[in-house]
Amino acid sequence: MSQSTPPPLHQGPTAKEKKYDRQLRLWAASGQAALEDAHVLLINSGPGVVGVETLKNLVLPGVGHFTILDSAVVREEDLGVNFFLQEESVGAERAAETCKYLQELNPDVEGHSISEPVEEFIARPDTLTPYSLIIVVAPVVPDVLSKISAHGTATQTPVFYVHNVGFYIHFSLQLPPAFTIVDIHPEPEALVDLRLYKPWKELLVNAKKWTWRMENMSDHQHGHIPYVFLLLHYLMEWERTHDGKPPRTYKEKTEFRELIRSGIRTSNPEGGEENFDEAIGAVLKSLNEPTLSSTVKEVFNSPECEDLTEDSPNFWLIAHAVSQFHTKHQTLPLPGAIPDMKAVSADYAFLQGLYKTKAREEADEVLHSVRALEKSLERPNPILAAEVDAFCKQAAHIRLIRGRPIPVISPNEGVAWGERAKAAVNALTDESSLILLHIAFLTFDAFYAQRAAEGKARVPGDGADVEDDERLLTGLAQDIGTNLLTQAERELDEEDADSVKTRLGNICAELTRAGGAELHNIAALGGGLVAQEVIKAITRQYVPIDNTCLFDGVRSLSSVLLL
Amino acid sequence: MADTAMPDSSPPLGAADPRTRWRYLDNILTRKGPFVDEDAILGEPIIDRLSTMKVLFSGAGGLGCEILKNLALSGFKDIHVIDMDTIDVSNLNRQFLFRHVDVGRSKAAVAAEFVQKRVKGVTITPYCGKIQDKDDEYYMQFGLVVCGLDSIEARRWINATLVGMVDGENMDSMKPLIDGGTEGFKGQARVVLPTMTSCIECQLDMHAPRPAVPLCTLATIPRQPQHCIEWAHIIAWEEERKDDTLDTDDPEHITWLYQKALSRATEYGIHGVTYAMTQGVVKNIIPAIASTNAIVAAACCNEAFKLATSTNPCLGFPEQNNYMMYSGDSGVYTYTFEHMKKEDCPVCGDLPKTLHLYPNSTLQELLDSFAERPEAQLKKPTIRTQSTSLYYQSPASLEEKTRPNLVKKLSELVGDGEELAVTDPAFQVTFRFKVAFKK
Ligand SMILES: [Zn+2]
Repeated sequence: MSQSTPPPLHQGPTAKEKKYDRQLRLWAASGQAALEDAHVLLINSGPGVVGVETLKNLVLPGVGHFTILDSAVVREEDLGVNFFLQEESVGAERAAETCKYLQELNPDVEGHSISEPVEEFIARPDTLTPYSLIIVVAPVVPDVLSKISAHGTATQTPVFYVHNVGFYIHFSLQLPPAFTIVDIHPEPEALVDLRLYKPWKELLVNAKKWTWRMENMSDHQHGHIPYVFLLLHYLMEWERTHDGKPPRTYKEKTEFRELIRSGIRTSNPEGGEENFDEAIGAVLKSLNEPTLSSTVKEVFNSPECEDLTEDSPNFWLIAHAVSQFHTKHQTLPLPGAIPDMKAVSADYAFLQGLYKTKAREEADEVLHSVRALEKSLERPNPILAAEVDAFCKQAAHIRLIRGRPIPVISPNEGVAWGERAKAAVNALTDESSLILLHIAFLTFDAFYAQRAAEGKARVPGDGADVEDDERLLTGLAQDIGTNLLTQAERELDEEDADSVKTRLGNICAELTRAGGAELHNIAALGGGLVAQEVIKAITRQYVPIDNTCLFDGVRSLSSVLLL
Repeated sequence: MADTAMPDSSPPLGAADPRTRWRYLDNILTRKGPFVDEDAILGEPIIDRLSTMKVLFSGAGGLGCEILKNLALSGFKDIHVIDMDTIDVSNLNRQFLFRHVDVGRSKAAVAAEFVQKRVKGVTITPYCGKIQDKDDEYYMQFGLVVCGLDSIEARRWINATLVGMVDGENMDSMKPLIDGGTEGFKGQARVVLPTMTSCIECQLDMHAPRPAVPLCTLATIPRQPQHCIEWAHIIAWEEERKDDTLDTDDPEHITWLYQKALSRATEYGIHGVTYAMTQGVVKNIIPAIASTNAIVAAACCNEAFKLATSTNPCLGFPEQNNYMMYSGDSGVYTYTFEHMKKEDCPVCGDLPKTLHLYPNSTLQELLDSFAERPEAQLKKPTIRTQSTSLYYQSPASLEEKTRPNLVKKLSELVGDGEELAVTDPAFQVTFRFKVAFKK
């Protein structure tokens, strides 16, 4: 080997790469670029902590811009719960003060503040257009929330609606109606498809070649046959005695493992062979029928995939081409990655090459279809080949989330549960579900809206008679529950009904106890959860919640509800 | 102070009542909720308790910055912080108490200074050093201990110390330990009541180390970019730069390893060696983001707050849940459960752990396996039976005397059912194992 080191190909990481190193390992430069392009609007209210804590977790990783809308003036009690204020802030605009102390965290981020009541702010036309994502913190009146939600629907802007009261967190995420993700970052093993049930000719030919007269091989050779070839060798042997069919059931797979085990040499110094052990270990996870997951089927069967237009997002064009590929070959394009396995370097590189070449071929076939579609749709800008490649590699994991408007409760009209009513009723009696907390928060909003309509806006427990509020809130919550049962056309038996009533009553009591107060710990936890979901919505990486998340800080557990 | 002694110089409105600032917190501290223990007394006594309890937390990193802020805004007034590290530029994406100008300074000192300035009335005492520098007497002064450490050794050390301190006659000697950890979008928060509930050592198998790549793969048959990097790190450096101590924070050293790894990869036709990967492998970098740190730190501090105030039931009591697992890469997922105390835990149990061994394997193989065994993770084990010394890491004379045992078969050294005592300089406890030979 040559002693001279090659000329430096790399000047070391840039200042930005150094600063963001720990997160770039998760969402890469593409995720970072999306984050830096974003402008997040926080519409703050109440004690105003959870929103500010959310922004902290977005400013640190380098979101491009943020704006805080808040009409409050800093009061003494803010200092006991909000970290991003100082003694001198008392009496000043809370929007400007929190913006100032957040901005300090990261000079690469630009912060803005607007001190104005939200009703006035959203009354202006186009007032929401600069923002790529909106976070609304409760309490707000239903009318304001409806307007922002409608803006989100019309402009495909993600909207978060967040409650943080006492020990409880509740937030809903309104994504665009067709939110698609390619890069969900599954565990690396999940990206491997060895295609053992449908091996292509060249792979089979090589498997035969590499296992030819195995019994005559030296111990070293025998112990270094890559296990993929071993599996294919024993599959061929199995199929000879099983009508040409591979092992399918658990029982057959167990027998198949014994067949492989019978080939292990134990006369060698190690008393066994690692490559055979690897082959046996891979049987259950690698020998599977090439079936489409329900999430991929949902993508292929959606109207956006079937009816392409000139303006279809790239995702749908590629999905259409991949779906054509699947129809033709009854399999998704080969991802091309193989796991590490016992083998000498050159053999492993050869096997890796076989899979890579095949994956390249199949991605090219998809690209060819994409180009044909672009031509027939007369699209001016071709999709980058790299985007098609990345899609093909992760085709088994693509996701579609159907964003839905935030459930807004109005004092008079109640909640329309729609098609979710039945699932919601089933959750009522499931003690691990936090559906009752969701109902309590809907009630919390109704309570606030009623008083706002009378010009005396306040939240439950924030007044002289806490017990009175608790009774009122519990009563309202029970009405919502009863109404839910009616909508689902269901009844609970007496025992279940009593249990639901007691649990709902307790949650309402705990919620009222807080009197609208935020606990800093819970606000920080909520700020972490919301920021994490904001990052997913902005980067289109990882999988965001669908669509409502709750955290119960009394019992320290969470729940996600599809509502 | 007499109520009447405040004539004209009355303080500005708002400052008149020192609790105005804590109005939100006081809703919870003074009002009893439906889940609060019947015997709990809220109000004044609990406010006093919270204000006077000494809390220790160790690890002023990503979790630590959050924990310090949260404890201060939970109403704790006497907080002590231990951390031995100094601030690095790659900390700034999540360790929000530090600024660019602080790079190179002590994490504990900068964090304490910042939070003390921001939250008036709280006293934060920093100690820049190792938790191992402190003795039982020091740890005895605290009401509870919160950990946001990134090293498993340090966690195990503090756990063993707190378990060892418990005196059955004196309940004040039992210091609850609240521990948090994160990796990327995942993390956990747990509460340990030393000797009463499952301890960190009982839970060690929840955090199994990654299996090491065999040396012969690195030396002769590399297949992955990581193999080439490990080769440069473990073998090439030793061969070519033996006289320099490898400093993984020195860019020149990392660049050298990167180029070595790259040329080896080229030689073997392996793709994917990058500078960032080299750094990641060599420094064992764990991805970290602000949001996960915020979630896990807040979950820990929420338990600390509930534990100190009885304002709601906390995790960790016997026969209750004591562990919350968090995962945020696909939706939001928590699993909150009771991790059971183990009778054969070397720290808090009374029984030796059974060890299934091949009688024909050597003592050296057993020694090596202790590093990878999830429930042991011992890097420099010394092994004895009740009657003889099998292998000593030090002193040199004993090492030399016991070295010939390494190549012997286990069946020549110990009997089936015999007990082994294993110690390691990193830990203060003796690990007891009972040998069970595989047939
Ligand atoms: Zn234990």
